[in-house]
Amino acid sequence: MPLFILRRLLITIPTILVVITITWGLIRLAPGNFYTGEKRLPEAIEQNIREKYGLDKPWYEQYRRTMWSIVRHLDFGTSLKYEGQSVNTIIARSLPVSATVGILAYLLALIVGIVVGSIAALKQNSKWDYASMALAMLGISVPNFVLGPILVLIFSLTLYWLPPSRWNGFPSWNLVLPVLTLSGIYMAYIARLTRAGMLEVLRSDYIRTARAKGLSERDVVVKHALRGGLMPVVSFTGPALAFLLTGTVVVERIFALPGLGNYFIQASLNRDEPLIIGIVAFIAITLLLMNLLVDIAYAYLDPRVRY
Amino acid sequence: MNDDDRPLPEPQPPKVEPTPIPGTIPPPVGMLDRDVIHTAPEAAIGEADLRAAEAGEIVQGTSLWKDAWQRLLKNKLAVFGMIVVAIISVATLVGPFIIKWATGLTPDYIPTDAALIKSIPPFTAPDGSFSWTHPMGTDNQGRDILARVLQGGQISLMVGIISTLVSLLIGVSYGATAGYLGGRIDNLMMRLVDVLYSLPYIIIVIVLLSMFRSQTARGQLLLLFAALGSVSWLTMARIVRGQVLSLKNQEFVLAARATGVSTPRIIFRHIVPNTLGPVIVYATLTVPTVMLTEAFLSFLGFGVQPPMASWGSLATDGIQNIAIFPWQLIFPGVTMALTLFSLNFLGDGLRDALDPQMRKF
Repeated sequence: MPLFILRRLLITIPTILVVITITWGLIRLAPGNFYTGEKRLPEAIEQNIREKYGLDKPWYEQYRRTMWSIVRHLDFGTSLKYEGQSVNTIIARSLPVSATVGILAYLLALIVGIVVGSIAALKQNSKWDYASMALAMLGISVPNFVLGPILVLIFSLTLYWLPPSRWNGFPSWNLVLPVLTLSGIYMAYIARLTRAGMLEVLRSDYIRTARAKGLSERDVVVKHALRGGLMPVVSFTGPALAFLLTGTVVVERIFALPGLGNYFIQASLNRDEPLIIGIVAFIAITLLLMNLLVDIAYAYLDPRVRY
Repeated sequence: MNDDDRPLPEPQPPKVEPTPIPGTIPPPVGMLDRDVIHTAPEAAIGEADLRAAEAGEIVQGTSLWKDAWQRLLKNKLAVFGMIVVAIISVATLVGPFIIKWATGLTPDYIPTDAALIKSIPPFTAPDGSFSWTHPMGTDNQGRDILARVLQGGQISLMVGIISTLVSLLIGVSYGATAGYLGGRIDNLMMRLVDVLYSLPYIIIVIVLLSMFRSQTARGQLLLLFAALGSVSWLTMARIVRGQVLSLKNQEFVLAARATGVSTPRIIFRHIVPNTLGPVIVYATLTVPTVMLTEAFLSFLGFGVQPPMASWGSLATDGIQNIAIFPWQLIFPGVTMALTLFSLNFLGDGLRDALDPQMRKF
């Protein structure tokens, strides 16, 4: 096990460097530059800008410099658009927003998804089963940027119950709609996965043994079946994180939240190279570490899994 | 001679009525279709075939595809999905022509009368009375939303299908090559897939699309095909590799190799056609995923560019005016959701039909 973790960590580092290199390369290969606009800059000013940002040096020198400051000091430089703000400050400021919405949405999805999925599995082929699975399929099919505005239309613009947008700190009513919008698709996935996993487990021998021992149905389900039945949900955590990232981008745009996703889109539109690279690297690191954690958790939950 | 005296056995006339098979109880009259236990009729068919074969008749064997097709037709949700997908596909193809013929409107027709350049609710004439002219209303420029939704559907479906084909091409070749060659090459190729799996690829696609944003709508569309196709082949590669691993040691591959068939030809001519079942299933499920991703990219402004429109970009335009003109979001959004919903059901049904082992009860 420790060997496995070590090996995975050793792969993680070059992977992140490759991601940074790809991002850097994409930005550099694209035509134009961050200062090119509608109006052509005077020669002397362009020269000054190029010198200031080291663009007059050969490309390998620029690449070396960028990578070195990242590897050596974890310093992604200063944003080109938000002047005087380092990439690290922007990430530190916007991360709590994204993380709050993301974690709340995932918790909500876990609770609702597992409960609904278990009920569907226990009452297989009943009305409840069909209704909840059709609803789950609907959840997967409705894009969150359609769901979000419809929720706003209903709860903010028609019923006046909830604020339609903006960030207002952690415990606030502003969080309700973004969290609901973001968790919709996970709820659906988790419900489907729980149902499939539970159905498989409920047919297995050890559940029959548990029943034969005379355990109450509640104990059989909660203590025995859920543990095995939730394995697919655990392994979904990795892909879920990737979804979460794309989801937060949309949700933060709809609800005007100052999160990581919103900054990332702004940076891409502004061609803010250091900020793009910083956010991409941050996301890649989070994703890889989370995947590793999921794999470790998997081994603990299911003793049959060995690395 | 003795033999001549005996009458020749008459060939039995082909049976017209099915005789009850020994050991089974004939179904009672008026028994419902769903009461039949799944395996019973299949076993009965097998026995009937056997008896027919003994009687000297030519038996039409049930092929994998025919069998799967019959199983698919039994799945109501899948049939529903198939019908809806068929209707929507045909509607997007011929709908714009019908609208043009019936009302003279094209998707980008802007009324010349300045008083008509406003968003009209569904089934309403400009003066507020009932009218069939705009069943989905009009947008801010007075364009017919139904015509735009149908035309947008062409683009959305095209993105879904072509990107899936791109991912199919890459995924199948990659997976089949890795699986067939095996050993160190396989290990290396699949490790690369593992690494790519853990990347925030959508983020990289956004960087790619925003940096290389094309000046023309057509160029952007091509970029979109390439970008979406090149990131959705990973699962396909894994599935095909798994299939190939189990196929490559079978006799027909050995026979092909013994007769001197080249390796690429063995892979693509002999092995790949045998992996078709799971590939079709997964491709059907990839189409809605890709369409959703395209809509997501269009929402962010990196997807389909005007003058082209997709369901995603139409819905995005509708979001701006949701408080006053909700139909601008609702119709494209609901059409897209219905299509994705049906495609997902169809894909699930296909999986159950073609791949009973992968079946999730």
